[in-house]
Amino acid sequence: MGYVELIVGGIFVNNILLAQFLGNCPFLGTSKKMETAVGMAMAVVFVLVLAGLITWLTYTFLLVPFDLLYLRTIAFILVIASLVQFVEMFLKKSIPALYAGLGIFLPLITTNCAVLGACIINIDKEYSFMQALVSSFAYAVGFGLALILFAGVRERILLARVPRPLQDTSIALVTAGLLSLTFFAFRGMI
Amino acid sequence: MAKTLVQEFTKGLWNEIPPFRLVLGLCPALGVTTTMENGIGMGLATTFVLVFANILVSLLRKVIPAKVRIACFIVIIATFVIVVELLMQAYAYRLFQTLGVFIPLIVVNCIVLGRAEAFAYKNGMVASTADGLGIGIGFTLSLAVLGAVREILGTGMFFGHSVFGTGYQPFTFMVQAPGAFIGLGLLLCLMNIVGRK
Repeated sequence: MGYVELIVGGIFVNNILLAQFLGNCPFLGTSKKMETAVGMAMAVVFVLVLAGLITWLTYTFLLVPFDLLYLRTIAFILVIASLVQFVEMFLKKSIPALYAGLGIFLPLITTNCAVLGACIINIDKEYSFMQALVSSFAYAVGFGLALILFAGVRERILLARVPRPLQDTSIALVTAGLLSLTFFAFRGMI
Repeated sequence: MAKTLVQEFTKGLWNEIPPFRLVLGLCPALGVTTTMENGIGMGLATTFVLVFANILVSLLRKVIPAKVRIACFIVIIATFVIVVELLMQAYAYRLFQTLGVFIPLIVVNCIVLGRAEAFAYKNGMVASTADGLGIGIGFTLSLAVLGAVREILGTGMFFGHSVFGTGYQPFTFMVQAPGAFIGLGLLLCLMNIVGRK
């Protein structure tokens, strides 16, 4: 599979939020304001690429040679949790501006299923190292794109008159459905 | 005591039913509910992890230091997720294949971690079991309802039987990705209308 297909597929066709339903809690939770959405999107791009890389290495060089495949889930979540912790400490020390920008979103990423999901998909599809790297990046960009688009739409909903039973989460889900429909149109490109 | 236990159990069935009242655990709720069967399967797998993780966390709550509790919870949860994964591979392989990536992802299901943190870490074993069962069954019911709605509207079939007769044009939109969001949103709206009266 070519890299262009991986990138287009990851960002649009198999968008991790709207087509694969991973990472929906932060999708709904952090999309009320544009600012928080941008922070979350940046944090995810950063961590997902690193996590995709490290989990691939862990799987190939640690779990496969020692025949520990059944430990995959626990190994990946521990790798991601410690990676997030490490990134947090590193950023706090050396790039405080970025750390302040990401703020609370960085620790929250540990329980973002988009990260663990993308890592598992990379392994399940038997990607090579470069393919895993490229597809992690594409998934992360797709996540950011969908999140920022959705936050833009949601800011407009605040100004609209929504019927009472539909308010808040309900209208957000319906809006996400419509956004998902637009991404659905990319299907067939690959 | 018996009364409070019943309360712990029943609160998961309506007042705090996930993913409607507690907006947590949306990913499996949206991802696997193309049929009622998948919804129930996913719900039961989550319930299993939820109950056992709650039991173990409540038993160990005096041993686990507060500072590293989240990491401990994740290890406990991940252990039970692996147990479910292996059990399903052995006894329900077809279901395991359809649910795919969502089974390992129970680890990061916010409901499980949320119950460990908010309830099991502060309460005894019996109460935590009741809480886990209640929330788990509530989650299973929600997934079953959402799955049933999507299956009936989307394919016109219910457990292999035609519901609307042969003249029905399946509303395939409902079994595809956008239908999941809209179906859940409208069900939530319906719950808001019923709950308000």
